Amino acid sequence: MNAPFDRRRAQAGPSRRDVIVTATAAGGALLVGCSPTNLMALGAENEVGAFGPFVKIAPDGAVSVVCKHIEFGQGNHAGLAAIVAEELDADWARVGWEHAPANARLYANGAMGAQLTGGSSAINNSWDQLRKAGAAARAMFVQAAAARWDVAEGEITVENGVVSHAASGRTTDFRELLPDAARLTPPAEPTLKDPARFTLIGTDRVRRKDSLAKSTGQTRFTMDVQADDLLVAMVAHPPRFGAKVASFDAAAAKAVPGVVEVYEIPTGVAVVASNTWAAKQGRDALTVTWNEDKAETRSSTDILVRFQGLASGSADLAEGEEWQAFESQGDAASQTGDALEIGYDFPYLAHATMEPMNCVAQVSGNKARLTFASQGPTLDQLNVAKVVLNLPGSVEIETLPAGGSFGRRANFQSDFVVECVEIAKKVGKNRPVKLVWTREDDMAAGYFRPLVHHRVRVTTDAEGYPAAWTHRIVTQSIMKGAPMRGGGVDESAVEGAKGSPYLAATPHVDAQLLTPDIGVPVLWWRSVGATHTAYVMEHTIDQLARRAGQDPVDYRRALYRKADAKRHLAVLDLAAEKSGWATPASEGWTRGVAVHECFGSVVAQVAEVRMENGEPKVGRVVTAIDCGTAISPDQIAAQMEGGTCYGLSAALYGEVTLTEGRVDQTNFDTYRVLRHSEAPKVETYIVAQPAGAHPTGVGEPGTPVIGPAVANALLALTGDAITAQPFVRAQA
Amino acid sequence: MAATLDVNGKPLSVQAADDTPLLWVLRDELGLTGTKYGCGIAQCGACTVLADGAPIRSCLTPIAAVTGAKITTIEGLEGRHRLQEAWVRLDVPQCGYCQSGQIMSAVALLEQSPQPTDDEIDAAMSGNICRCGAYQRIHAAIKDAAGQPAPGQTTDSQTQA
Repeated sequence: MNAPFDRRRAQAGPSRRDVIVTATAAGGALLVGCSPTNLMALGAENEVGAFGPFVKIAPDGAVSVVCKHIEFGQGNHAGLAAIVAEELDADWARVGWEHAPANARLYANGAMGAQLTGGSSAINNSWDQLRKAGAAARAMFVQAAAARWDVAEGEITVENGVVSHAASGRTTDFRELLPDAARLTPPAEPTLKDPARFTLIGTDRVRRKDSLAKSTGQTRFTMDVQADDLLVAMVAHPPRFGAKVASFDAAAAKAVPGVVEVYEIPTGVAVVASNTWAAKQGRDALTVTWNEDKAETRSSTDILVRFQGLASGSADLAEGEEWQAFESQGDAASQTGDALEIGYDFPYLAHATMEPMNCVAQVSGNKARLTFASQGPTLDQLNVAKVVLNLPGSVEIETLPAGGSFGRRANFQSDFVVECVEIAKKVGKNRPVKLVWTREDDMAAGYFRPLVHHRVRVTTDAEGYPAAWTHRIVTQSIMKGAPMRGGGVDESAVEGAKGSPYLAATPHVDAQLLTPDIGVPVLWWRSVGATHTAYVMEHTIDQLARRAGQDPVDYRRALYRKADAKRHLAVLDLAAEKSGWATPASEGWTRGVAVHECFGSVVAQVAEVRMENGEPKVGRVVTAIDCGTAISPDQIAAQMEGGTCYGLSAALYGEVTLTEGRVDQTNFDTYRVLRHSEAPKVETYIVAQPAGAHPTGVGEPGTPVIGPAVANALLALTGDAITAQPFVRAQA
Repeated sequence: MAATLDVNGKPLSVQAADDTPLLWVLRDELGLTGTKYGCGIAQCGACTVLADGAPIRSCLTPIAAVTGAKITTIEGLEGRHRLQEAWVRLDVPQCGYCQSGQIMSAVALLEQSPQPTDDEIDAAMSGNICRCGAYQRIHAAIKDAAGQPAPGQTTDSQTQA
């Protein structure tokens, strides 16, 4: 359970030193924002406890692991805490966790250089760091016990928080040793456990620590922050991206009981009230006239047609647009002959977290303090600092658990965070302001998974394997808004196509990306590039296997062998075995398979599909994953279950459309998402690993595979490829 | 504009207009923040509470419609309901934001049908959206709380071989 905010707790405030802010894609794509001097400096005094930034031991001996990554469902707190507990040999039942304060110097993501959760990197980048943190704390207790008993440190053992000296039969615990241990200096290079001797990691004992609070309504989300003097704000936003306030009439809004004030802010008109309902009624009573001179007025169909034309070559490039190669070998253009040529369309997608975007901010002069679910504290500090005219390190953030994110809560503009701070700055006096977005506000705000078009042309050799692969991707660049991003390919748009073992197994490859500018804000969305590249690669492969008259599993095996893709082969073999691929599917069901590597983990799925009432119904889904050392098998399974639902929801139903620049979908009545009766039954199998294998992430890799697995089942059922998502479109 | 509501067995006086949605009175005035806002149009179920045992969407229910009804929120279960125990046993929640509403819908289901079939669970629970996709565990936890055989182990860890 997250501890309530305590002003005395260690605060952000790095030392005066240069900080390289290497923000990143939630996806392996690295952008470099290099900040010259003292970027994060000027903060409150930062107190690092006796056991370092990641381990706190309470006077009663209870352990709290400080998590630098936000918990928004993915269960990373359990894995992070278990890494420390394993090396510390703590009693797992007495290990808790808390979110770290915003402090890039202490809590930067090792893969990114900024404090940011993304790219399924929480466990991956913390593995060495937290093993050392746990081992260092253990060493301090061992040293304290050895001194107290006057015995050699090597004779001390620690198990379940009990510190023993076998020869003399003496035992003690963290509580008793704490005063002595806390006076010692943590060793810089503590001895780590032999992974073969792990007793906690990889067991079913590694379970979530927050299930009780979340099953009793006691978890405190941003939406639940309350204070005596708290004001609630809602904002009237423009109906089109890029529009601004021209004028407004606040008289009716101010007449609503409970409305305190109305302010114009850069993103619209804010109504501030004493409670949520008054804020909503006040906001709805506003009359606002918008200046749409610079607004995006295209419809999503216009954008798609343009992308299709660019990919096929029938439309001319606009000024500034240029193709960028992301995979190139041989001479694909020279390869003629019978080809599979196919285009794929992917719509804009909303993240649609259960808890819409919100934030609590209080501003006094140039000092800002925020209490909310910050996915990228460093990004938020940078952006908020610009509003209050202070240094980023001065911005205090208490991170709360989020009601889902899927990427939405981290962006280079900190859109909803900055909006809240703009209002809190108007209110001033350090008075807390809670910005609440309605579901409609959230859905219309953009930061969507971009609309994407792929065009693929594959010629095959005499055995039916790819000989030449020509690939064109047209999409908006997610990373365009990144601070000081250099030129080159936006990796987040091509990851998964780039690096595909199928391309490695193809002699001639010509793969290129084009990223036109569109005035619709876009963002990473759980599994980022893989949301579309996995579909294109995996559905294309099944069509090629079909043309070659081969079984889709055997066809993939052959290509993985050519590409030396051992991990792909292993997950495919495991999924095929566990699903009974070699035997007929259950009566009335058709199987489809897909495999994809995402953020360092490789997932294979075999899905059973049938048509019910004119829509695909997905039943059993056998999942095999290679994620290195499995720290919490239970939470890996949970992420495969949940990630599969998230990906299936998008593949079957997810679509945001724009009509003349206005978002058509407003709420869950028009943005269809997967519901209980539509959920598949996911089984998870984890590929065996050598002890000590570096763990990789599980939050996102479970998402992109189900779409193509279902499409491949439908291909087997109907003989037709599916060239656009979603598969089930809303009735016109 | 004063009204008296029976919430979790206690008569509580509230100051709100008759047409104020119950959700905002529970959360902002009574401080019962376990009940969540998700959509405001009765599409997602995050705001589900019980009125005389029946599940209602508090986001669209004016308080005037429930004066006199016995209202039960997640806090009223006091953490002791067998569904809550099953939720913890199976680690159902992910982000957890929808789970109060899920549990209240499930409470109403088990009151109506102590041994629900899969189809009954599907029907009763499909008004509650979970974007994390914890549906499989929600389903299993309802069966577990109903004393029905738990489904087979779905995780087969072959790690650290």
